[in-house]
Amino acid sequence: MLLRHTPKEVVDRKALMINPAKTCQPIGAMYAALGIHGCLPHSHGSQGCCAYHRSTLTRHYKEPVSASTSSFTEGASVFGGQANLMQAINNIFTVYEPDVIAVHTTCLSETIGDDLPQIRKKAQSEGKIPEGKYVLGASTPSYSGSHVTGFSNMVKSMIDLSESTDVKNGKVNIIPGWVEPSDMEEIKRMAALTGVDTIMFPDTSGVLNGPMTGEYKMFPDGGTTIEELKSTGDSIGTLALGEWCSADAARTLDKKCKVPCKVLDMPFGLKATDRFVDTMRTVAGVSVSDELVFERGQLVDMITDMHQYFYKKKVAIAGDPDQLISMVEFLVSIDMCPVHIVTGSPAGKKFIKRMEELTEGIGCEVNIKAKGDLFTLHQWMKNEPVDLLICNTYGKYIARDEDTPFLRWGFPILDRQGHQYFPTVGYKGGLRMLEKILSALMDRMDRDADDAKFELVL
Amino acid sequence: MAKVMRKVAIYGKGGIGKSTTTQNTVAGLAEMGRKVMIVGCDPKADSTRLMLGGLAQKSVLDTLREEGEDVELDDIRKEGYGGVLCVESGGPEPGVGCAGRGIITSINMLESLGAYEESEGLDYAFYDVLGDVVCGGFAMPIRDGKAQEIYIVVSGEMMAMYAANNISKGINKFAQNGSVRLGGLICNSRMVDNEKEMIEKFAEKLGTHMIHFVPRHNDVQRAEINRKTVIDWNSEAEQADEYRALARAIDENEKFVIPQPMEIEELESLLMEFGLMEAV
Repeated sequence: MLLRHTPKEVVDRKALMINPAKTCQPIGAMYAALGIHGCLPHSHGSQGCCAYHRSTLTRHYKEPVSASTSSFTEGASVFGGQANLMQAINNIFTVYEPDVIAVHTTCLSETIGDDLPQIRKKAQSEGKIPEGKYVLGASTPSYSGSHVTGFSNMVKSMIDLSESTDVKNGKVNIIPGWVEPSDMEEIKRMAALTGVDTIMFPDTSGVLNGPMTGEYKMFPDGGTTIEELKSTGDSIGTLALGEWCSADAARTLDKKCKVPCKVLDMPFGLKATDRFVDTMRTVAGVSVSDELVFERGQLVDMITDMHQYFYKKKVAIAGDPDQLISMVEFLVSIDMCPVHIVTGSPAGKKFIKRMEELTEGIGCEVNIKAKGDLFTLHQWMKNEPVDLLICNTYGKYIARDEDTPFLRWGFPILDRQGHQYFPTVGYKGGLRMLEKILSALMDRMDRDADDAKFELVL
Repeated sequence: MAKVMRKVAIYGKGGIGKSTTTQNTVAGLAEMGRKVMIVGCDPKADSTRLMLGGLAQKSVLDTLREEGEDVELDDIRKEGYGGVLCVESGGPEPGVGCAGRGIITSINMLESLGAYEESEGLDYAFYDVLGDVVCGGFAMPIRDGKAQEIYIVVSGEMMAMYAANNISKGINKFAQNGSVRLGGLICNSRMVDNEKEMIEKFAEKLGTHMIHFVPRHNDVQRAEINRKTVIDWNSEAEQADEYRALARAIDENEKFVIPQPMEIEELESLLMEFGLMEAV
């Protein structure tokens, strides 16, 4: 009962955040940067920031995450971090030889007003950046937005590399948003099945879910290459998955290189995946492949077979805005009742409105909060208990205290495996989600059933 | 053809009369039919007082603090004299927090809210910036893509010239890798001996020009008491014509340079030269 002090009574709280449902912008920036092939993320700030961000990513993906830092001292804080960053760029290209350094700022460098674009230009003009190598930059102070904002900002910075020649490349850009490496792989597979050539950026598949080969590679084989990033300016269109994660980059590319973009929800669950597949099909001008039709059929089959277990089951769910939108839609579509919904990100009225629309007519009262915390979610659960909690690892404390079945989903997952390797997007991912939901619910039924009701067949 | 908005920042030593000069000049521009927005970058939030007839503006940062991040443009922007749009960044009370960060936050917010969009039809955006370029935050308005022209308000007093020289150093640094340029010095007279000649010489040394010499006149003070610009308070006043002339000079200005700041010894000897001329 580690959270036994959480009171049932909800009081209005403004200044205090308890058990936040979000983390630092640079973590998102670092994750996005790792989706570029041969890229070294660089944290422009003090060492502690970099250490925390690296270790959180490592704990989640169980892969080594390399990143460098400007190592601010008292001196750098007073005189500005330009000298440190210039030196760092020089050292990194000399010692580690990445193709790209993706610099993100931190609270400290932002507060003292370091002008990252100016420093990057200076590095360029002073010849610190070797021919054919690049330095990207994103502004990511943690006191505004959340890890989602940081991710979005870094993806947007990649547009710096986009170039448009007069010749189109016939490809479609896909910006997958903050999903697992396994999800990115699955999105690419689905796109390939519709016969569309794609450039996915960022792409962490093969980077943060790579194999053990016995040989350490500082820069794994995966990731979007520089050539691909440059070529995004010549693509016929961009598909951005997620308003909060991906739309900014897509719109920036549209502005810069006139590549038209469409923003879709992340393809979690039946309906959102349908929309994704339908868009890909329209772009390619083909019918949906038999394989995808088959996979969809399997998902629908599982939904109908097991409907009695989903029906009217109450769910509390916390996560990031884009993920929540599709997942809540999925839960509603299988007749579950997502009654408590929290995101830690300041997603604003747009998010709340969308959630209200999605949960309209489920027949229960729904609590929705953006810029909320897990403490609030816990309190809501005390007042209106649920049958299932879906949350990142931090939810385990609530689940134990309330004795609620628990499904780990989102970021970070620090205590279970599989998320890097098995997708939750697409029809296949939908099946996996249902499997997990059913396991959680049925394990609980089995545990609580008295001998007479302890069924062999469920 | 779409109008190209000119982004202008006014710097100068604290108390030199930046806000007063900015507002009186903007009144002149407004009278000429220019569409202007003033962005006050001073925690005291008094950069638009004469435009709005008092401290009537809710600052960007206050709004942010009270209402969270769901701020709309109309919450923080007010129309004042001559259709001039007024925004105050605001900031912390003296002695706490970080005013520099406040400026960064508030300019970022204005950008994301679309205050500088073409659709707003602005001819000018004026940044009225507190004091010296003491830290990174106060340099925000001169970062690349923000203000392209800087005017420094100065007088013949030594400390004002020191500050102007220092500000030139800041501009010089940002101009190396960006598009910001010095548009000129505005001399706001303090009735110092040989003031006009000295500032002209000082401007020449910096590589720029004195764009206008604003003589000292009590009408400025009288108008301020009435919470008005001189043009608004008494459009016939002589001083009103001075500000009109300054507005015109800025409107027609084509001399934009990367300033060459002076060494301190050189600056001191300039002061000696003009100061001693009187003593003789």
